[in-house]
Amino acid sequence: MSLWKVAWRSIQQRKLSSILTILSMGLGVALVVAVLVVYGVVYQAFHQGGEGYDLIVGAKGGKEQLVLNSVFYLSQPVGNIPYGFYEELIEGKYAGDVETAVPLCMGHTYQGFRVVGTTPEMFNELKYRGNRSYRFAQGRNFEDEERFAGVLGAIAAAKTKLRIGETFQAVHGIGVGGRVHKQSFTVVGILEPTGTPVDRAVFVNMRGFHDIHRAEEAAEAEANQNAEENAEKKAKKHEHEEHPHEITAVLVCVRPVPAGMTDILARAINSTPIAQAVVPARVIADLFEGVVGKLQWILLGMAVLTVIEAGIGIMVSIYNSMSDRQHEIAIMRALGARRITVMVIILLESILLALLGGGVGLLLGHGAIWACSPLIAEWTGVVVGMLRFQWVELVLVPGLIALAAVVGYLPAVAAYRTDVAKSLIATP
Amino acid sequence: MLLLKDVKKTFIQPDGSVLPVLDIAEFRVSAGEQVVLVGRSGCGKTTLLHIIAGISRPDSGKVRIDDWDITLMPEAERDRFRAERIGYVFQTFNLLAGFTALENVLLAMRFARGRPDKQRARRLLERVGLSHRMTHRPTMLSVGEQQRVAVARALANKPQLLLADEPTANVDAGHQQQILDLIQEACAEENVALIIVTHSSEVAAQFPRIERLEQFNRVAAVLAGEKPHSA
Repeated sequence: MSLWKVAWRSIQQRKLSSILTILSMGLGVALVVAVLVVYGVVYQAFHQGGEGYDLIVGAKGGKEQLVLNSVFYLSQPVGNIPYGFYEELIEGKYAGDVETAVPLCMGHTYQGFRVVGTTPEMFNELKYRGNRSYRFAQGRNFEDEERFAGVLGAIAAAKTKLRIGETFQAVHGIGVGGRVHKQSFTVVGILEPTGTPVDRAVFVNMRGFHDIHRAEEAAEAEANQNAEENAEKKAKKHEHEEHPHEITAVLVCVRPVPAGMTDILARAINSTPIAQAVVPARVIADLFEGVVGKLQWILLGMAVLTVIEAGIGIMVSIYNSMSDRQHEIAIMRALGARRITVMVIILLESILLALLGGGVGLLLGHGAIWACSPLIAEWTGVVVGMLRFQWVELVLVPGLIALAAVVGYLPAVAAYRTDVAKSLIATP
Repeated sequence: MLLLKDVKKTFIQPDGSVLPVLDIAEFRVSAGEQVVLVGRSGCGKTTLLHIIAGISRPDSGKVRIDDWDITLMPEAERDRFRAERIGYVFQTFNLLAGFTALENVLLAMRFARGRPDKQRARRLLERVGLSHRMTHRPTMLSVGEQQRVAVARALANKPQLLLADEPTANVDAGHQQQILDLIQEACAEENVALIIVTHSSEVAAQFPRIERLEQFNRVAAVLAGEKPHSA
């Protein structure tokens, strides 16, 4: 008969109180687990997006905005760079340092998803999440000569319900109520889920992207003879994200040798008056730490406070039971249990309650995350399974044991101090 | 095997005054001997049993059980000694409600040195006629059955001395003799010295040696107006 069993029996004897105490602890632990897993999801969502290329080249301006726009397809573009700068990267003065360069053009949407003009190399050459190649769940990548072909990210395809062979028309601008371009694009491929922002975008041939602008500009200029309208149109033209011969950004993979080429190339580009080059991994890390990192600590602190509060609940529950258990403890002492033994029994009871609460909390926390995983995948592109653990969760077990030992101390001391003779005589 | 020498015990009252309870010049019990202790309520019988069991400590004097003076032992050692060598049957059984009959016996073994002997525990419960009730908790046992479990528990660690404090007081008349016979036979079989406290003259009459506490406890004697002697 181990002392663990004795402690367990005491818990069973006070079933309702024990269940409530365990649930309380479970909720606190579930909150901690949820904060940790969500942090991991956000971390992954942030960092995964920028893997697969070394530099982003774009117009001078905010680094964070460039990354948000080019990697996460959020926010407004910083500006545009001449198409000629892209040509310098692939066949000009920087070509010797560049392994792959993929242009991006922004400025249109379709059903809320960004329409990105790019080249077939985006999916033929670039990798994602380090070393994974893009694959198509249906269809194929568009070819260079297919000017009005497009492919969809997995989530964009699911939400828009577009299928291979169907067409869509991009909407000008990013906000609501933009003009629908007359020229349509044909879906030739739907990508497999990547867990990156690519899942939530629509990609079209960059040539077609420019063509729909040029065609409409030409049609408007022909139809419009009014100078005032022309002036208005010119003003509106400046609202367009893409001008002819301009692109929004370039995703660059530098040659691996010599070492440090990324920084060398970045410095060279940054010294030009036209463009800037940023290392997306660094910017993302700074962005993450600056925004999410601090918030995570606050949320974690609040969750830990909840666990401590539940621990105090354990203490109150056991301590309140001590007055009823004086007689029981006195019997054990009369049978030969030492003071330290009854003290250990109470501490073990506290530990068991905490660990059971922890177990319930882990199940609740991971269960809740799993239940929300479709939503999380839709929002962040990160697929979360029920068994997604953060290593920090390992700290929960010793942490709960330590908490239990602390909160169990007071009731354990009460047990230690039991006056055996008096308690035996007292009516239970 | 038991010797009390010049044992005194007082209690501090809530008002701070000192209440003398025991003042025993000498009290002896031999190995295997069965002694019944009688006395009026409040004369210190339970306190005496507690001192012999090492649950309480006398203010002065010696309590020797075989070669050990338990008054010189630190508390933890006294507790272990009690677990291994003294069995105690309480007036109100004092079984642990959350444990089965078998587990109550095993618990007594747990606090002594060595691993609890499940086979012995089962044999003891069979000996007291509870082989069909081993997995029952106290609330599912009759009063008589609970006291029998208490007897089995008291014998769990093969004690040298069994103390029984009014073991039949809360048992119905029909089962009192059963309990008494059980205690006497079990102690005789295992050569366990027995000190049994009782109010009942019928119970007392069944024992070869009857001691009145007022006769050897000088405090009780003074209060009763009697002249004390050694027991």
